[in-house]
Amino acid sequence: MSREALVNALLALALLGAPLIAAAQDEPFYVALASRVAILALAGVGLNFALGTGGMVSFGHAAFFGLGGYVAGVAALHAFEGSPFFAWPFEIGGSESMVVIWLVALAVSALAALAIGAGSLRTSGVYFIMITLAFAQMIYYLAVSLPAYGGEDGLSIYIRSTLPLVDSDDPLTFFLVCYALLLLALFLVHRLVDSRFGAALQCARMNPLRLATLGIAPFPVKLAAFTFSAMLTGLAGALYAELNGFVSPAMLSWHRSGEIIVFVILGGVGRLFGPVAGAALFILLEAFVGGWTDRWQLVLGGILLAVVLFARGGVIGLLAGKARHD
Amino acid sequence: MSAAFLIEQLLNGVQLGVMLFLMAAGLTLVFGVMGLINLAHGSLYMTGAFFCAWIAGETGSFWLGLAGGLVAAAAAGALIEILVIRRLYDRDHLDQVLATFALILIFSELMRLIFGDRPLYLDIPGLLSGAVPLPGGGGYPAYRLAIIGVGLAAAVGLYLLIARTRLGMRIRAGESDREMIGALGVDIRTLYTAVFALGAGLAGLAGGLVGALQSVQVGMGEPVLILAFVVIIIGGIGSVKGALVGAVLVGVTDTLGRVFLPQFFGLFLPASEATSVGASLAAMAIYLLMAGVLAFRPRGLFPVDV
Repeated sequence: MSREALVNALLALALLGAPLIAAAQDEPFYVALASRVAILALAGVGLNFALGTGGMVSFGHAAFFGLGGYVAGVAALHAFEGSPFFAWPFEIGGSESMVVIWLVALAVSALAALAIGAGSLRTSGVYFIMITLAFAQMIYYLAVSLPAYGGEDGLSIYIRSTLPLVDSDDPLTFFLVCYALLLLALFLVHRLVDSRFGAALQCARMNPLRLATLGIAPFPVKLAAFTFSAMLTGLAGALYAELNGFVSPAMLSWHRSGEIIVFVILGGVGRLFGPVAGAALFILLEAFVGGWTDRWQLVLGGILLAVVLFARGGVIGLLAGKARHD
Repeated sequence: MSAAFLIEQLLNGVQLGVMLFLMAAGLTLVFGVMGLINLAHGSLYMTGAFFCAWIAGETGSFWLGLAGGLVAAAAAGALIEILVIRRLYDRDHLDQVLATFALILIFSELMRLIFGDRPLYLDIPGLLSGAVPLPGGGGYPAYRLAIIGVGLAAAVGLYLLIARTRLGMRIRAGESDREMIGALGVDIRTLYTAVFALGAGLAGLAGGLVGALQSVQVGMGEPVLILAFVVIIIGGIGSVKGALVGAVLVGVTDTLGRVFLPQFFGLFLPASEATSVGASLAAMAIYLLMAGVLAFRPRGLFPVDV
């Protein structure tokens, strides 16, 4: 077992163990905190695939996170009111089934990512960063100006959607569901990175011209990776809205995009468990430093600066050393 | 709809445009010369606004406040350049984005620490509080006209600085070949600090000017920052001329969109729907403009060879 695999296993165990102990001690706050970590880590795993493996610095992943959240919110609203989402040419109503909501969130983020990616991937470097940001802002303003779905105030989800067999309202069960999805996503990413597709994607990051001379066009490879990445982040958004019982344009804001990038970099860019470590550290800092002083953003800013300037491999880099292929 | 109304809205658009130019000029210079994306530019704008409002409140003089805001923003810019930014020039854009994102958090908290949590307010100076009559009836606030004047003067000044002075020559040389001008004996570190402080000062000036039109509060910089990024992408990153053209385009599109799109949809939709559809399209108009420009000119209207 390599040192990185050991660190990863310990992280996975810690994230599973902490809420189990908290639930045994009857501390629902910490169970919810662990759910937040798992969900935001999932969003980060999505971005890490585009950013770390594919080299696409998306500053607009909040768009997918928020779209996923709005899927959950809108489905809950229509299910609650019994009104149709649209009635023509065929009728689609709300839904109380979490699995349906996940599938719709995946599909909506995939469609959005195909459109945004097709427009943005023509460019690269700083233009790509700014265009993804601009597309996310467009969706943000769209959400702000939709009074039917709460506009600036957002939407409350009064009843959490349900899963077959288990009780999704139980905090620990909900955590376990999020945790299972996170592990599934990590497994998929792990398999993808080592696959033929992953090799092509990494080559597209390092030397697109060479990939093209090998007979593989970089654009479709990158677009597929960008879409997959957005789907994971969109799924995380749907879970996040269900966890909070609330969705608002803040989920789409560029601050959120920045935060997801922070998870990835704090943990270690391109490392499988990087976003898990990053999200965990971020949420723990927010919860504990935030409880200790109102000025926690000052502390966070200082830590981020220190990581960028002095600890470039992130948490995983610190614990497990450099990546093998750096 | 009268001609005066149209002129008024156009002037509003141009006023927003020149504000954006003051922001975008610094961003585009810093990117062109140092290759750096600075997300914290909006924080410098906020710093300018806060110091302007505070000094004007203490001394009672708007003009002292404006000068103070400009100097404070330039000084803050020079300080962060020396402490943080200069370590980022050799890094990739991802590190720059993250580090300057961290600076935003730090700046926002510092402003809260120094000036408190409540917004500050700044009065329009008495000299400019009146209105200037427009052809075709109605009037236009003199203060907004003055902003347009200041912005255009800044554009001319920046052009003269870059095209006609020794500092400008060094800036242009730094854009095309930084090793060579270092080899010719120019102290490149000082030059970079000067360019960064210049951009910061312009942002601070913009912040002070806008402070009299809206409340001065933490978070005021970010919406403007994003618009300024749209501006420099439309204009071509690194081009000051592109920043001016892009800024006026964005300012006019945004303002006219907000006024006329709801009216346009009102022609064939019920009033309430027209307002919401029009407003949401208007909010997206500049991003659509950007996407349109990039579809035909992927490197902006005035591309710069880097």
